[in-house]
Amino acid sequence: MKKTKFLIAAAIIGVSSIVAIAADHIDAPAVTGGTNDITDFYAFQGQNTSNLVLVANVQGLLSPSSTANATFDENTLIEFNIDTNNDNVEDLVIQATPRNGIMYFFGPAAPLQTGLDSTILTNDAAGSVEITAYGQNAITATENGMQFFAGPRDDPFFFDSGQYNAIIDGMATSFNNPGNDSFAGTNVLSVVVEVPKSLVGGSGTINTWVESKRRQ
Amino acid sequence: MKFNRIKTIALAITIALMAFNCNNDDNITVPTGPDFTGTYIQEDQMARPAVGTVFVSSGSKDSFNVTTPSQQSSAFQMMFQNNLEGLSPAYSNPGDTNALGLTSAQFSGLLATDVLNVSLDGTTTFFDGTNVLTGRALADDVITVELILIFGGETGLTNSENPGLSDDNVNANDKAFLSSFPYLATPW
Repeated sequence: MKKTKFLIAAAIIGVSSIVAIAADHIDAPAVTGGTNDITDFYAFQGQNTSNLVLVANVQGLLSPSSTANATFDENTLIEFNIDTNNDNVEDLVIQATPRNGIMYFFGPAAPLQTGLDSTILTNDAAGSVEITAYGQNAITATENGMQFFAGPRDDPFFFDSGQYNAIIDGMATSFNNPGNDSFAGTNVLSVVVEVPKSLVGGSGTINTWVESKRRQ
Repeated sequence: MKFNRIKTIALAITIALMAFNCNNDDNITVPTGPDFTGTYIQEDQMARPAVGTVFVSSGSKDSFNVTTPSQQSSAFQMMFQNNLEGLSPAYSNPGDTNALGLTSAQFSGLLATDVLNVSLDGTTTFFDGTNVLTGRALADDVITVELILIFGGETGLTNSENPGLSDDNVNANDKAFLSSFPYLATPW
């Protein structure tokens, strides 16, 4: 009975899930395949345990041959949002935006306004780093106690999304063992920021998310 | 003496003129800094992995991406619950829960506010067997965790109700991560 119900549900949902791929890769029509398409977001304690690391990946499923030509969009703002008082409204943001081969960072600082529209916090410049080119060793920068990186990386996400979609589409009833990592051998464009925890709340639990925004 | 003094004055004037010229040149040739003006309008957002992909119905994905987290629960919790119950037989019976003890209403309520909770006090992981939702590390097998919570039922961690659906059997990345900044592996 359980299996039957699942298969019926899968058949119903299947039609609408053809483009359902992964973590957040190509998740929605307005951003799929665009320079603003966020693929993944990570937040974890740094090698220096006094620091927090934030990672935003965009432009997923880059093949090695297409990675060299992939670039960050100068009309794009990548914004890490940090809620320190558990109301799910950002109290602090860290912004990243590229100009002429350099990724510029601002914050962490209170945004001028919360929500969907942002302006760049030019009074809170944190630092910048040369965007690492494909095939080049990672270029990092340390300023104001923060570390910065921007450039192509291996997509850290792993998932047999092919088999998941086959299940959802009613073409299969279970995962395979071993599974097949649909993201093996693909790259993303990464922005990595390491920031002292003291600048993003200090202690306790914070709520975080990442946004991509386009200049109007 | 007088002659030397005249020379000194002439030199001072020359330097002053040169300085003025240099300054003038600077005004012409100093490059302008990058332009950071303007308003940037949201197009995409994410927090917990795969939430938008799995729980947001296809016609709502763009609107989910431009709904602020504080507004997401009221707008999307029922959609999440319907999609969760439609997807997984583990919530068929009244009172069914997942391994976290959450009913479909509670679990969808948690997920519908799409923020990543991050601890500033220690281990940061999506789930490591002990800590739950204290961050997301690169090596976390987030998909299997989510499959367990979607399909596994009450005993999902040890004895899944739908074992073929609660692990994709891809347990690690295809490249080793770095122990130091920038942590992510070099591109292929």
